[in-house]
Amino acid sequence: MDGTEDRDTNGSLQDEPALTIRLEGFEGPLDLLLHLIKREEIDIWNIPIAHITEQYLSYIQMMQDLNINVAGEWLLMAATLIYIKSRMLLPADPVLATSEQEQQEDPRKELVYQLLEHQKFKNAAQMLYTREEVENAVWSSPPQDALEDGQEVIAVSLFDLLQAFHEVVKRFEAQAGIEFDQEEVTIEQKLTELRRLLVVHDSLAFSSFFATAASRRHLIVTFLALLEMVRLREVVLRQKKAFGEITINRQKPLEETP
Amino acid sequence: MDIEELQPILEAIIYAADDPVRPEQLKEVFPQESYDKIEMALQALVRDFNARRGGMWIREIAGGFRMTTRPEHHEHVRAYLKTKPGAKLSLAALETLAVIAYKQPVTLAEILAIRGKKSTTALHTLLERKLVVILGRKAVVGRPILYGTSKEFLVHFGLKDLSELPTLEEFAQMAGEVS
Repeated sequence: MDGTEDRDTNGSLQDEPALTIRLEGFEGPLDLLLHLIKREEIDIWNIPIAHITEQYLSYIQMMQDLNINVAGEWLLMAATLIYIKSRMLLPADPVLATSEQEQQEDPRKELVYQLLEHQKFKNAAQMLYTREEVENAVWSSPPQDALEDGQEVIAVSLFDLLQAFHEVVKRFEAQAGIEFDQEEVTIEQKLTELRRLLVVHDSLAFSSFFATAASRRHLIVTFLALLEMVRLREVVLRQKKAFGEITINRQKPLEETP
Repeated sequence: MDIEELQPILEAIIYAADDPVRPEQLKEVFPQESYDKIEMALQALVRDFNARRGGMWIREIAGGFRMTTRPEHHEHVRAYLKTKPGAKLSLAALETLAVIAYKQPVTLAEILAIRGKKSTTALHTLLERKLVVILGRKAVVGRPILYGTSKEFLVHFGLKDLSELPTLEEFAQMAGEVS
Protein backbone atom coordinates (compact mmCIF):
# COMPACT_ATOMS: atom_id res chain seq x y z
CA MET A 1 0.00 0.00 0.00
CA ASP A 2 2.88 2.32 0.71
CA GLY A 3 4.07 2.17 -2.84
CA THR A 4 0.70 3.29 -4.17
CA GLU A 5 0.38 6.04 -1.58
CA ASP A 6 3.67 7.49 -2.58
CA ARG A 7 2.82 7.26 -6.21
CA ASP A 8 -0.44 9.07 -5.69
CA THR A 9 1.03 11.90 -3.69
CA ASN A 10 3.88 12.45 -6.09
CA GLY A 11 1.54 12.15 -9.03
CA SER A 12 4.34 10.92 -11.25
CA LEU A 13 4.51 7.51 -12.78
CA GLN A 14 7.86 7.87 -14.46
CA ASP A 15 10.18 7.67 -11.49
CA GLU A 16 8.86 4.35 -10.23
CA PRO A 17 11.31 1.47 -10.11
CA ALA A 18 10.70 -1.19 -12.72
CA LEU A 19 9.23 -3.60 -10.21
CA THR A 20 7.36 -2.75 -7.03
CA ILE A 21 5.96 -5.33 -4.69
CA ARG A 22 3.43 -4.84 -1.96
CA LEU A 23 3.43 -6.96 1.15
CA GLU A 24 -0.20 -7.97 1.47
CA GLY A 25 -1.53 -7.64 4.96
CA PHE A 26 1.39 -5.59 6.24
CA GLU A 27 -0.22 -2.25 5.75
CA GLY A 28 2.09 -0.45 8.10
CA PRO A 29 4.73 -0.94 10.79
CA LEU A 30 2.10 -1.58 13.48
CA ASP A 31 0.66 -4.42 11.41
CA LEU A 32 4.08 -5.99 11.10
CA LEU A 33 4.70 -5.71 14.84
CA LEU A 34 1.32 -7.28 15.64
CA HIS A 35 2.10 -10.07 13.21
CA LEU A 36 5.46 -10.74 14.85
CA ILE A 37 3.89 -10.72 18.33
CA LYS A 38 1.22 -13.17 17.23
CA ARG A 39 3.62 -15.44 15.38
CA GLU A 40 6.11 -15.64 18.23
CA GLU A 41 3.29 -16.04 20.75
CA ILE A 42 4.60 -13.13 22.75
CA ASP A 43 2.78 -11.63 25.73
CA ILE A 44 1.91 -8.16 24.52
CA TRP A 45 2.44 -6.75 28.04
CA ASN A 46 5.98 -8.09 28.15
CA ILE A 47 7.52 -7.70 24.72
CA PRO A 48 11.14 -8.82 24.42
CA ILE A 49 12.17 -5.61 22.74
CA ALA A 50 15.66 -6.65 21.63
CA HIS A 51 14.29 -9.74 19.89
CA ILE A 52 11.40 -7.93 18.24
CA THR A 53 13.61 -5.08 17.09
CA GLU A 54 15.94 -7.57 15.45
CA GLN A 55 13.02 -9.26 13.67
CA TYR A 56 11.56 -5.95 12.62
CA LEU A 57 14.85 -4.72 11.15
CA SER A 58 15.34 -7.95 9.23
CA TYR A 59 11.93 -7.42 7.62
CA ILE A 60 12.87 -3.89 6.63
CA GLN A 61 16.08 -5.24 5.13
CA MET A 62 14.07 -7.80 3.20
CA MET A 63 11.73 -5.12 1.91
CA GLN A 64 14.67 -3.08 0.72
CA ASP A 65 16.19 -6.13 -0.96
CA LEU A 66 12.90 -6.67 -2.76
CA ASN A 67 12.98 -3.11 -3.98
CA ILE A 68 9.93 -2.21 -1.91
CA ASN A 69 9.60 1.45 -1.24
CA VAL A 70 10.18 1.68 2.52
CA ALA A 71 8.21 4.72 3.60
CA GLY A 72 9.22 7.04 6.41
CA GLU A 73 6.87 5.53 8.98
CA TRP A 74 8.70 2.20 8.80
CA LEU A 75 12.00 3.88 9.61
CA LEU A 76 10.38 5.96 12.34
CA MET A 77 9.15 2.77 14.01
CA ALA A 78 12.62 1.25 13.70
CA ALA A 79 14.04 4.29 15.48
CA THR A 80 11.36 4.05 18.17
CA LEU A 81 12.16 0.38 18.78
CA ILE A 82 15.88 1.04 19.08
CA TYR A 83 15.17 3.91 21.45
CA ILE A 84 13.00 1.71 23.68
CA LYS A 85 15.63 -0.99 23.59
CA SER A 86 18.32 1.42 24.81
CA ARG A 87 16.00 2.79 27.53
CA MET A 88 15.42 -0.77 28.73
CA LEU A 89 19.16 -1.28 29.13
CA LEU A 90 19.56 1.70 31.43
CA PRO A 91 19.35 0.94 35.15
CA ALA A 92 16.73 2.79 37.17
CA ASP A 93 17.90 6.20 38.32
CA PRO A 94 19.19 5.69 41.91
CA VAL A 95 18.88 9.42 42.72
CA LEU A 96 15.14 9.42 42.21
CA ALA A 97 12.97 8.83 45.24
CA THR A 98 11.11 5.50 45.33
CA SER A 99 7.75 7.14 44.69
CA GLU A 100 9.14 8.76 41.57
CA GLN A 101 10.72 5.49 40.58
CA GLU A 102 7.36 3.86 40.67
CA GLN A 103 6.11 6.57 38.42
CA GLN A 104 8.87 5.92 35.96
CA GLU A 105 7.04 4.26 33.16
CA ASP A 106 7.95 1.10 31.39
CA PRO A 107 9.48 2.48 28.17
CA ARG A 108 7.42 -0.03 26.22
CA LYS A 109 4.10 1.16 27.60
CA GLU A 110 3.33 3.76 24.96
CA LEU A 111 4.06 1.34 22.15
CA VAL A 112 1.89 -1.36 23.73
CA TYR A 113 -1.04 1.04 23.98
CA GLN A 114 -0.50 2.08 20.40
CA LEU A 115 -0.50 -1.57 19.32
CA LEU A 116 -3.64 -2.38 21.28
CA GLU A 117 -5.37 0.72 19.92
CA HIS A 118 -4.38 -0.29 16.41
CA GLN A 119 -5.64 -3.83 16.95
CA LYS A 120 -8.99 -2.45 18.14
CA PHE A 121 -9.43 -0.57 14.89
CA LYS A 122 -8.31 -3.56 12.87
CA ASN A 123 -11.11 -5.51 14.56
CA ALA A 124 -13.52 -2.66 13.88
CA ALA A 125 -12.48 -2.71 10.22
CA GLN A 126 -13.17 -6.43 10.15
CA MET A 127 -16.66 -5.76 11.49
CA LEU A 128 -17.25 -3.17 8.77
CA TYR A 129 -16.02 -5.66 6.20
CA THR A 130 -18.57 -8.23 7.33
CA ARG A 131 -21.36 -5.66 7.33
CA GLU A 132 -20.41 -4.53 3.84
CA GLU A 133 -20.50 -8.12 2.70
CA VAL A 134 -24.05 -8.50 4.02
CA GLU A 135 -25.19 -5.19 2.50
CA ASN A 136 -23.73 -6.28 -0.82
CA ALA A 137 -26.09 -9.23 -0.68
CA VAL A 138 -29.33 -7.27 -0.43
CA TRP A 139 -31.30 -5.37 -3.01
CA SER A 140 -33.74 -2.61 -2.35
CA SER A 141 -36.67 -1.73 -4.49
CA PRO A 142 -36.57 -0.50 -7.14
CA PRO A 143 -33.32 -2.36 -7.73
CA GLN A 144 -30.50 -0.01 -8.61
CA ASP A 145 -29.55 -2.23 -11.53
CA ALA A 146 -32.86 -1.42 -13.20
CA LEU A 147 -31.44 2.01 -13.92
CA GLU A 148 -29.23 0.43 -16.54
CA ASP A 149 -31.83 0.72 -19.24
CA GLY A 150 -33.46 3.83 -17.85
CA GLN A 151 -32.68 7.46 -18.37
CA GLU A 152 -30.76 7.99 -15.21
CA VAL A 153 -27.33 7.12 -16.44
CA ILE A 154 -24.75 9.78 -15.99
CA ALA A 155 -23.14 11.08 -19.13
CA VAL A 156 -19.42 10.54 -18.84
CA SER A 157 -17.37 13.69 -18.71
CA LEU A 158 -13.93 13.97 -20.24
CA PHE A 159 -12.54 14.18 -16.73
CA ASP A 160 -14.10 10.82 -15.81
CA LEU A 161 -12.74 9.34 -18.99
CA LEU A 162 -9.22 10.59 -18.38
CA GLN A 163 -9.46 9.44 -14.79
CA ALA A 164 -10.52 5.97 -15.95
CA PHE A 165 -7.72 5.88 -18.50
CA HIS A 166 -5.24 6.97 -15.88
CA GLU A 167 -6.41 4.03 -13.74
CA VAL A 168 -5.87 1.66 -16.64
CA VAL A 169 -2.35 2.95 -17.23
CA LYS A 170 -1.60 2.77 -13.51
CA ARG A 171 -2.83 -0.81 -13.28
CA PHE A 172 -0.87 -1.70 -16.39
CA GLU A 173 2.32 -0.27 -14.96
CA ALA A 174 1.72 -1.96 -11.65
CA GLN A 175 1.46 -5.32 -13.37
CA ALA A 176 4.07 -5.27 -16.08
CA GLY A 177 7.47 -3.83 -15.61
CA ILE A 178 8.88 -4.66 -18.99
CA GLU A 179 7.41 -3.72 -22.31
CA PHE A 180 7.87 -6.33 -24.98
CA ASP A 181 5.72 -4.84 -27.65
CA GLN A 182 7.75 -3.54 -30.51
CA GLU A 183 5.23 -3.90 -33.29
CA GLU A 184 3.50 -0.75 -34.38
CA VAL A 185 -0.25 -0.58 -33.95
CA THR A 186 -2.05 2.11 -35.86
CA ILE A 187 -5.30 3.72 -34.84
CA GLU A 188 -6.93 2.30 -37.99
CA GLN A 189 -5.95 -1.25 -37.05
CA LYS A 190 -7.18 -0.70 -33.54
CA LEU A 191 -10.48 0.74 -34.81
CA THR A 192 -11.13 -2.35 -36.91
CA GLU A 193 -10.31 -4.56 -33.97
CA LEU A 194 -12.58 -2.67 -31.59
CA ARG A 195 -15.47 -2.63 -34.07
CA ARG A 196 -15.16 -6.39 -34.40
CA LEU A 197 -15.27 -6.67 -30.61
CA LEU A 198 -18.45 -4.61 -30.46
CA VAL A 199 -20.19 -6.81 -32.99
CA VAL A 200 -19.99 -9.61 -30.45
CA HIS A 201 -20.67 -7.51 -27.34
CA ASP A 202 -23.38 -4.92 -26.92
CA SER A 203 -21.47 -3.28 -24.15
CA LEU A 204 -18.05 -3.62 -22.61
CA ALA A 205 -16.46 -2.46 -19.39
CA PHE A 206 -14.02 0.37 -19.99
CA SER A 207 -11.16 -1.45 -18.28
CA SER A 208 -11.66 -4.69 -20.20
CA PHE A 209 -11.31 -2.71 -23.40
CA PHE A 210 -7.64 -2.38 -22.61
CA ALA A 211 -7.03 -5.92 -21.44
CA THR A 212 -5.10 -7.04 -24.50
CA ALA A 213 -2.78 -4.06 -24.70
CA ALA A 214 0.86 -5.03 -24.31
CA SER A 215 2.49 -1.65 -23.95
CA ARG A 216 1.87 1.93 -22.93
CA ARG A 217 1.83 2.95 -26.55
CA HIS A 218 -0.74 0.28 -27.25
CA LEU A 219 -2.91 1.63 -24.43
CA ILE A 220 -2.74 5.13 -25.80
CA VAL A 221 -3.60 3.99 -29.33
CA THR A 222 -6.59 2.07 -27.95
CA PHE A 223 -7.72 5.14 -26.04
CA LEU A 224 -7.44 7.35 -29.12
CA ALA A 225 -9.37 4.80 -31.18
CA LEU A 226 -12.08 4.81 -28.52
CA LEU A 227 -12.30 8.61 -28.62
CA GLU A 228 -12.58 8.39 -32.40
CA MET A 229 -15.49 5.98 -32.08
CA VAL A 230 -17.21 8.33 -29.64
CA ARG A 231 -16.74 11.17 -32.11
CA LEU A 232 -18.23 9.09 -34.92
CA ARG A 233 -21.10 8.18 -32.56
CA GLU A 234 -20.45 4.49 -32.99
CA VAL A 235 -20.39 4.05 -29.24
CA VAL A 236 -21.73 5.85 -26.20
CA LEU A 237 -20.05 5.85 -22.84
CA ARG A 238 -22.19 5.40 -19.77
CA GLN A 239 -21.60 5.47 -16.08
CA LYS A 240 -24.25 4.19 -13.71
CA LYS A 241 -23.15 6.32 -10.81
CA ALA A 242 -20.52 8.90 -10.10
CA PHE A 243 -17.01 7.36 -10.05
CA GLY A 244 -18.54 4.04 -11.11
CA GLU A 245 -17.24 1.78 -13.83
CA ILE A 246 -17.63 3.27 -17.31
CA THR A 247 -19.21 1.04 -19.91
CA ILE A 248 -18.81 1.28 -23.65
CA ASN A 249 -22.11 0.69 -25.41
CA ARG A 250 -22.70 0.12 -29.09
CA GLN A 251 -24.98 2.70 -30.67
CA LYS A 252 -27.57 0.37 -32.15
CA PRO A 253 -29.34 2.54 -34.74
CA LEU A 254 -26.12 3.39 -36.54
CA GLU A 255 -24.96 -0.17 -36.40
CA GLU A 256 -28.12 -1.39 -38.11
CA THR A 257 -28.11 1.19 -40.91
CA PRO A 258 -24.70 0.85 -42.46
CA MET B 1 -57.39 7.29 9.46
CA ASP B 2 -56.63 4.45 11.82
CA ILE B 3 -53.46 2.46 12.11
CA GLU B 4 -54.81 -0.47 10.06
CA GLU B 5 -55.52 1.87 7.16
CA LEU B 6 -52.21 3.65 7.47
CA GLN B 7 -50.12 0.49 7.49
CA PRO B 8 -50.48 -0.63 3.83
CA ILE B 9 -49.94 2.94 2.61
CA LEU B 10 -46.69 3.18 4.53
CA GLU B 11 -45.66 -0.17 3.10
CA ALA B 12 -46.27 1.14 -0.42
CA ILE B 13 -44.28 4.30 0.24
CA ILE B 14 -41.33 2.39 1.70
CA TYR B 15 -41.37 0.05 -1.29
CA ALA B 16 -41.34 2.89 -3.81
CA ALA B 17 -38.78 5.08 -2.02
CA ASP B 18 -35.20 5.34 -3.16
CA ASP B 19 -33.85 6.24 0.27
CA PRO B 20 -34.76 5.08 3.76
CA VAL B 21 -38.10 6.70 4.67
CA ARG B 22 -37.97 8.81 7.82
CA PRO B 23 -41.03 9.31 10.04
CA GLU B 24 -40.78 13.10 9.51
CA GLN B 25 -41.21 12.57 5.78
CA LEU B 26 -44.34 10.50 6.39
CA LYS B 27 -45.70 13.22 8.64
CA GLU B 28 -45.52 15.55 5.62
CA VAL B 29 -47.66 13.10 3.65
CA PHE B 30 -50.19 12.81 6.47
CA PRO B 31 -50.30 16.29 8.03
CA GLN B 32 -53.59 15.54 9.80
CA GLU B 33 -52.24 12.44 11.56
CA SER B 34 -50.28 12.63 14.78
CA TYR B 35 -46.62 11.79 14.85
CA ASP B 36 -47.28 9.12 17.47
CA LYS B 37 -49.81 7.39 15.27
CA ILE B 38 -47.42 7.30 12.33
CA GLU B 39 -44.72 5.87 14.58
CA MET B 40 -47.09 3.21 15.86
CA ALA B 41 -48.23 2.30 12.36
CA LEU B 42 -44.57 2.01 11.32
CA GLN B 43 -43.74 -0.28 14.22
CA ALA B 44 -46.78 -2.44 13.50
CA LEU B 45 -45.87 -2.60 9.82
CA VAL B 46 -42.28 -3.65 10.50
CA ARG B 47 -43.44 -6.29 12.98
CA ASP B 48 -46.13 -7.76 10.70
CA PHE B 49 -44.11 -7.54 7.52
CA ASN B 50 -41.01 -9.19 8.98
CA ALA B 51 -43.04 -11.83 10.84
CA ARG B 52 -44.14 -13.12 7.45
CA ARG B 53 -40.56 -14.33 6.91
CA GLY B 54 -40.83 -13.68 3.20
CA GLY B 55 -38.04 -12.84 0.80
CA MET B 56 -38.17 -9.17 1.76
CA TRP B 57 -37.86 -7.37 5.04
CA ILE B 58 -38.14 -3.84 6.34
CA ARG B 59 -35.13 -2.58 8.26
CA GLU B 60 -34.26 0.61 10.07
CA ILE B 61 -31.34 2.22 8.30
CA ALA B 62 -29.87 5.71 8.69
CA GLY B 63 -32.81 6.89 10.76
CA GLY B 64 -35.41 5.67 8.25
CA PHE B 65 -37.14 2.54 7.02
CA ARG B 66 -36.07 0.60 3.98
CA MET B 67 -37.36 -2.51 2.26
CA THR B 68 -34.71 -4.87 0.96
CA THR B 69 -34.37 -8.48 -0.01
CA ARG B 70 -33.10 -10.72 2.75
CA PRO B 71 -29.35 -11.33 2.48
CA GLU B 72 -29.78 -15.12 2.66
CA HIS B 73 -31.29 -15.11 -0.83
CA HIS B 74 -28.39 -13.28 -2.43
CA GLU B 75 -27.08 -16.21 -4.44
CA HIS B 76 -30.32 -16.75 -6.32
CA VAL B 77 -31.07 -13.07 -6.78
CA ARG B 78 -27.58 -12.55 -8.12
CA ALA B 79 -27.90 -15.53 -10.43
CA TYR B 80 -31.05 -13.99 -11.85
CA LEU B 81 -29.70 -10.45 -12.13
CA LYS B 82 -26.40 -11.79 -13.46
CA THR B 83 -24.49 -9.25 -11.42
CA LYS B 84 -21.25 -9.57 -9.58
CA PRO B 85 -20.79 -8.26 -6.05
CA GLY B 86 -20.06 -4.55 -6.13
CA ALA B 87 -16.63 -3.06 -5.62
CA LYS B 88 -15.64 -3.47 -2.01
CA LEU B 89 -13.49 -1.16 0.03
CA SER B 90 -9.84 -2.02 0.52
CA LEU B 91 -8.53 -3.04 3.92
CA ALA B 92 -6.72 0.29 4.23
CA ALA B 93 -9.93 2.17 3.45
CA LEU B 94 -11.91 0.08 5.95
CA GLU B 95 -9.37 0.68 8.70
CA THR B 96 -9.31 4.40 8.04
CA LEU B 97 -13.10 4.41 8.01
CA ALA B 98 -13.19 2.57 11.34
CA VAL B 99 -10.93 5.19 12.90
CA ILE B 100 -13.11 8.00 11.53
CA ALA B 101 -16.34 6.32 12.63
CA TYR B 102 -15.18 5.89 16.21
CA LYS B 103 -13.07 9.01 16.66
CA GLN B 104 -15.11 11.59 14.76
CA PRO B 105 -14.66 14.48 14.43
CA VAL B 106 -11.07 13.55 13.64
CA THR B 107 -8.15 15.11 11.74
CA LEU B 108 -5.81 13.41 9.28
CA ALA B 109 -2.95 13.74 11.79
CA GLU B 110 -4.99 11.91 14.43
CA ILE B 111 -5.80 9.13 11.95
CA LEU B 112 -2.07 8.85 11.21
CA ALA B 113 -1.29 8.55 14.92
CA ILE B 114 -3.67 5.62 15.34
CA ARG B 115 -2.93 3.79 12.12
CA GLY B 116 0.81 4.49 12.25
CA LYS B 117 0.85 5.18 8.56
CA LYS B 118 -0.21 7.73 5.99
CA SER B 119 -3.87 7.46 5.06
CA THR B 120 -4.26 10.08 2.35
CA THR B 121 -5.20 7.71 -0.45
CA ALA B 122 -7.68 5.81 1.69
CA LEU B 123 -9.25 9.06 2.88
CA HIS B 124 -9.57 10.20 -0.72
CA THR B 125 -11.42 7.02 -1.67
CA LEU B 126 -13.78 7.46 1.28
CA LEU B 127 -14.49 11.10 0.38
CA GLU B 128 -15.07 10.16 -3.27
CA ARG B 129 -17.50 7.44 -2.26
CA LYS B 130 -19.20 9.94 0.04
CA LEU B 131 -18.83 7.66 3.07
CA VAL B 132 -16.88 10.39 4.81
CA VAL B 133 -17.62 14.12 4.90
CA ILE B 134 -15.82 17.22 6.09
CA LEU B 135 -17.34 18.41 9.34
CA GLY B 136 -15.36 21.63 9.74
CA ARG B 137 -12.00 22.71 11.01
CA LYS B 138 -10.38 22.13 14.36
CA ALA B 139 -9.69 25.24 16.40
CA VAL B 140 -5.97 24.58 16.77
CA VAL B 141 -2.88 25.87 14.99
CA GLY B 142 -3.15 25.23 11.28
CA ARG B 143 -6.91 24.71 11.57
CA PRO B 144 -6.82 21.11 10.26
CA ILE B 145 -9.90 19.67 8.55
CA LEU B 146 -12.17 17.50 10.69
CA TYR B 147 -13.69 14.39 9.14
CA GLY B 148 -16.73 12.36 10.08
CA THR B 149 -18.99 9.69 8.61
CA SER B 150 -21.98 10.49 6.39
CA LYS B 151 -25.51 9.21 6.06
CA GLU B 152 -24.25 7.22 3.09
CA PHE B 153 -21.95 5.43 5.55
CA LEU B 154 -24.97 4.24 7.57
CA VAL B 155 -26.73 3.07 4.40
CA HIS B 156 -23.63 1.34 3.03
CA PHE B 157 -23.14 -0.68 6.21
CA GLY B 158 -26.84 -1.14 6.98
CA LEU B 159 -26.75 0.78 10.25
CA LYS B 160 -29.70 2.42 11.98
CA ASP B 161 -27.43 5.04 13.52
CA LEU B 162 -23.90 5.29 14.89
CA SER B 163 -24.93 3.88 18.26
CA GLU B 164 -25.62 0.57 16.55
CA LEU B 165 -21.88 0.07 16.06
CA PRO B 166 -20.32 -2.17 18.72
CA THR B 167 -18.41 -0.15 21.31
CA LEU B 168 -14.65 0.16 21.08
CA GLU B 169 -14.40 -1.63 24.43
CA GLU B 170 -15.79 -4.76 22.81
CA PHE B 171 -12.96 -4.61 20.30
CA ALA B 172 -10.50 -3.93 23.08
CA GLN B 173 -11.41 -7.26 24.66
CA MET B 174 -10.71 -8.96 21.37
CA ALA B 175 -7.46 -7.01 21.07
CA GLY B 176 -6.37 -8.21 24.51
CA GLU B 177 -6.60 -11.75 23.19
CA VAL B 178 -3.94 -11.01 20.58
CA SER B 179 -1.17 -12.40 22.72
